[in-house]
Amino acid sequence: MSTAFHEDEIIGAAYDARLMRRLMGYVRPYRAAVALAVVLLLLTSAASLVGPYIVRIAIDDHITPGRLEGLGVVILAYLGALTAAFVLRYAQTYMMARVGQHAMYDLRMELLTHLQRLSVGFYTRQPVGRLVTRVTNDIEALNEMITQGVVAIFGDLVTLVGIVAILLYLDWRLALATMLVLPAIILFTARFRAVAREAYRAIRVRLARINAFLNEHIMGMGIVQLFGREAREQARFEELNREHLVAGMASLRSFAVFHPVVGAMSAVAVAIIIAYGGAQALAGTISVGLVVAFVQYAQRFFEPIEDLAEKYNILQAAMASSERLFRLLDEPIEVEDPPAPLRADRVRGEIEFRNVWFAYESVPEHDWVLRDVSFRILPGESVAFVGHTGAGKSSIINLITRFYDPQQGCVLVDGSDVRGWDQRDLRRHIGLVLQDVFLFAGTIEDNIRLGTSSITSEQVRRAAEFVNAARFIERIPGGYQAQVQERGSTLSGGQKQLIAFARAIAHNPEVLLVLDEATSSVDTDTEILIQDALGRVMQNRTSIIIAHRLSTIQHVDRILVIHKGRIAEEGTHRELLSRGGIYTKLYHLQYRDQELRHDT
Amino acid sequence: MSRRLLGYVLGHRRAYLIGFALSLLSTGLSVTNPWVLRLAVDGIRAGAAPRLLVGLAAAYVGIALTGGFIRYHWRMKMLGAGRRIEYEIRNDYFAHLQRLHQAFFQHTRTGDLMARAINDLNTISRLVGVGIMHSFNTIFMFTAAGTLMFTIDPPLALVVMVILPMVSLVFVLLGRRIHRQYEQVQEQFSTLSARAQENFSGIRVVKAFAQESAEIATFGVINREYMERSLRLARTSGALWPAMTLILGGAAAAVLWQGGHAVVAGRITLGQLVQFFGYLMMLSWPMIALGWVATIVQQGLASMRRIETILDSRPAIAEPPESVRPERLRGEIEFRDVSFAYNGVPVLRGINLRIPGGATVAIVGPTGSGKTTLVSLIPRLFDPTGGAVLVDGIDVRRLSLAALRGSIGLVPQESFLFSDTLEGNLAFGVEGGDGSRVREAAETARLAPEVAGFPMGYQTVVGERGVTLSGGQKQRATIARALARDPEILILDDALSSVDTRTEEEILHALRRFMATRTSLIISHRISTVRGADLIVVLGDGRIVEQGTHDVLLASGGLYADLYQKQLLKEALEADEDSSQ
Ligand SMILES: Nc1ncnc2c1ncn2[C@@H]1O[C@H](COP(=O)(O)OP(=O)(O)O)[C@@H](O)[C@H]1O
Ligand SMILES: Nc1ncnc2c1ncn2[C@@H]1O[C@H](COP(=O)(O)OP(=O)(O)O)[C@@H](O)[C@H]1O
Ligand SMILES: [Mg+2]
Ligand SMILES: [Mg+2]
Repeated sequence: MSTAFHEDEIIGAAYDARLMRRLMGYVRPYRAAVALAVVLLLLTSAASLVGPYIVRIAIDDHITPGRLEGLGVVILAYLGALTAAFVLRYAQTYMMARVGQHAMYDLRMELLTHLQRLSVGFYTRQPVGRLVTRVTNDIEALNEMITQGVVAIFGDLVTLVGIVAILLYLDWRLALATMLVLPAIILFTARFRAVAREAYRAIRVRLARINAFLNEHIMGMGIVQLFGREAREQARFEELNREHLVAGMASLRSFAVFHPVVGAMSAVAVAIIIAYGGAQALAGTISVGLVVAFVQYAQRFFEPIEDLAEKYNILQAAMASSERLFRLLDEPIEVEDPPAPLRADRVRGEIEFRNVWFAYESVPEHDWVLRDVSFRILPGESVAFVGHTGAGKSSIINLITRFYDPQQGCVLVDGSDVRGWDQRDLRRHIGLVLQDVFLFAGTIEDNIRLGTSSITSEQVRRAAEFVNAARFIERIPGGYQAQVQERGSTLSGGQKQLIAFARAIAHNPEVLLVLDEATSSVDTDTEILIQDALGRVMQNRTSIIIAHRLSTIQHVDRILVIHKGRIAEEGTHRELLSRGGIYTKLYHLQYRDQELRHDT
Repeated sequence: MSRRLLGYVLGHRRAYLIGFALSLLSTGLSVTNPWVLRLAVDGIRAGAAPRLLVGLAAAYVGIALTGGFIRYHWRMKMLGAGRRIEYEIRNDYFAHLQRLHQAFFQHTRTGDLMARAINDLNTISRLVGVGIMHSFNTIFMFTAAGTLMFTIDPPLALVVMVILPMVSLVFVLLGRRIHRQYEQVQEQFSTLSARAQENFSGIRVVKAFAQESAEIATFGVINREYMERSLRLARTSGALWPAMTLILGGAAAAVLWQGGHAVVAGRITLGQLVQFFGYLMMLSWPMIALGWVATIVQQGLASMRRIETILDSRPAIAEPPESVRPERLRGEIEFRDVSFAYNGVPVLRGINLRIPGGATVAIVGPTGSGKTTLVSLIPRLFDPTGGAVLVDGIDVRRLSLAALRGSIGLVPQESFLFSDTLEGNLAFGVEGGDGSRVREAAETARLAPEVAGFPMGYQTVVGERGVTLSGGQKQRATIARALARDPEILILDDALSSVDTRTEEEILHALRRFMATRTSLIISHRISTVRGADLIVVLGDGRIVEQGTHDVLLASGGLYADLYQKQLLKEALEADEDSSQ
């Protein structure tokens, strides 16, 4: 198992000013709402801190002296504060939820938009499961941070400061004595944070591995079962799962230590109040009510501290997630449109390769896939590429459609470098049918039309008829409205290819048509029908066909033989045959039958 | 709680029981703290010696330390059990997925299955961990603090007992709504992941057809709906916590009012009132936690139901109860009046076919005629809806699945490789061994020469689904993978479509030796591939329309001859032109 490939990137510090600033950028459009929420929060904190103070007034002014009149007023004031706190807190929670959800919506759209611009090369390097995690769970972590993290941490801090202020105001000596435990708590919390962070990272990384493993094995479950690998895959899965469990237990332990220790420190603070404050009260310098209020405040003082530690986890999660998100957002667009891209309503369909060198790897020395390839296809011409698998035929297509850019040389369409074009516009003129057909969830009609709403149902039907797909589609229950299951698993390979072909035709590329082994899974009968259709489409269109069956390509104007990344031969079918080179060999292998008949 | 979940929990009953005991102990200890405070307050009012206060302070710390120690173990036991249960369910979930049949995966989205294994299990873990822990702690705390309140002053306790149940009322009212809205949010989340996954997997098509804007628009709609559903949930769930605080505050106000009167009337001491307050505060966290726990329980149960729909789906194809396990299969295959339908749509009808062990059979026929379906009945990827498939005279439904599949090497029409090294992929179906079989298979499949050219050789890591290999390399890798198993039955489903003619010829040549002793089924469209077979079966619209050898079929002038003619026709024309030059 290539762990390196699945490893989720390790993550940075919990609080990183740069990340935070960037994150806050997503909150900025809603700053009015945030400001309102902060005001509500301050009021909520204030309202919730009056409790012990009221208790003190009740004890010292009313209960101890036995003076009950006026107690009712005090309690009514308390109830008023409670009701206010209720309303304020609800409003504040909802405000922040709104901000969080909107910020999340914005970020998700930005990310998805960016992802649509990244090159095909990027997608071959990234496991799909990882990208899905980015647009789902990682963004979710961000929402948690906004709704529960940042504001709650702020609220906790306000509460802490508020309590300290009240304590100092009530009796500064007793307050200072109570806060003797503070340094110990700060040190301990810092230590805890470091441990918790490590544990948290470990959990994330291991969860990502489980994710990647699952994604792949669910897709390839048929293979696992056919090859009887269930037991071994189960063992591998359990191993990944166990690593995740171990990380989870470590994180659990750090929290299980943290809470009791903070509890013990809080007890020490209360003990100081009992011993020292009690002695003061005995001496008559402070009242009993004050001691009681102090105890109640001291107990509350530690709640936000414990809370802060938990919130820290959320912050940690959000920071880790946002670091990954931003890295993805910063992922350079390898195949980028120029500042003033070329757009054309129509193209003539001239294609030229000028000394093109190309490799998929960034350090290509040994791995050139195309070596010094030059050719020119005239408008309206039909050209076929033939050659062994791995010769580089598909790679040529990848350069014409600008899925990749060459390292050296250039690819021109209508005499202009494709790097100068608007990519989407360029591809709009190209009808591409690939060997691996990808179908989306939706109906057959949706799959032919894709998102191009200008294509009418009528056009969909015409395209299907054109490529002879209509026959089988109409026999499926539901016809064009039949749902295609995930990746078209209920259709046969040839049927899928016909749909892909219809898709290309429906999008009616005016000029360029590119078929990359598009008919390899189609039976001879269907192929003949497609050929017949092709003959019609290819008129007035520049077309490029890659096929192994030479019968598919015999009628093209010109054939280019690709061998080990170079153009080895070039010419019409007959010219190539008479040359006695690679093409001739390919041809004879395939048509030996026919030769045999001629011999006899 | 679902019975199945209960089963997992009971599997850890020791941990839970110890956890309960510790929870009881910790509750018992913590209720003594307010009592210490009461002694202190009453001591101060009575003018006791400062020494007594120091003693009480020490006791307070001592109790807290012991309590902390107990709480550590309590958390580790209960929450640890929660994590272990998550681990167990996840293992069982994956194990069950591995038992499910092909059709299941064709009708369920991968993203959805993954969301269950990750997000739903996470929620379940919280239910059986924090959820159970706090539920019981709340009950203990409630009982202990409640009882002690009654011993202090029954009327005062009664006031609290009247107010606090309002908390439950709020849960019942809000809980049901939260639950429903949460499920709607989760559902939309699944839609979002599934859509994203599809987009990323099909990015080439998206780009080739310039569908980026359309895709973004679709995402926008899904994303907005998700946001709206989440906000609907927030409107309800946001009220829970503030409502708790309000009710508890109300209780405190009532205690202060009633208690103040009681102290002035001399029914209780001020210390007892302080103690009473202490208990009220102790109840406040469990009460608030109750709201949180209620959500956790609701979400956890919903998630468990989602997991259970998978765990409850019965594998349509399973190990027979009393399976036959032959030592070694000879590879004789028979289709006896087999018919098959996908969801009621007939695909195969009345197939009768007998393939002697060691024979090579080719299957040809138009796209969609049922070739792939026919061969997938042999390793039981599907079971026939009528008739029977027999291997060595035994109905495959009676054979042990492992024995059956173990003797079949199938190369599917669509190549699927794992993101492992080439070596790992080729050895996928091989138990142990020194790798020589893998090398040999790679030779036969004509993959070896190219691998020799890779800088990392067999250790080259192929990308997810084998994306870094060319189509032909992928196909040859899947052929090698099947050969490496040394199967008695070899099935090639259009497995040479992406390789060029020369390589195909080489592979077929190398395979001939291999196929001489094994039963082989080859699906292909190329006459050159199938002509050498012992038997050629022509499928048309789910029926066998012809069968025989190449020569017999040609002579009979049927569909096969027709196909052959069509393939030849153009060649003949071309050849005539050539020879006339
Ligand atoms: N995405 C990729 N990343 C790295 N190498 C690739 C990728 N796609 C193809 N290759 C390699 O480039 C070479 C040419 O492949 P390709 O152009 O697909 O050949 P074909 O002529 O069969 O279409 C092969 O050696 C293949 O392994
Ligand atoms: N999983 C499935 N669910 C429903 N229908 C299917 C499924 N797989 C194939 N089919 C249908 O069964 C028919 C035969 O398909 P298949 O056996 O793949 O044909 P072939 O391999 O001959 O091209 C086709 O009409 C196809 O649409
Ligand atoms: Mg190719
Ligand atoms: Mg098929």
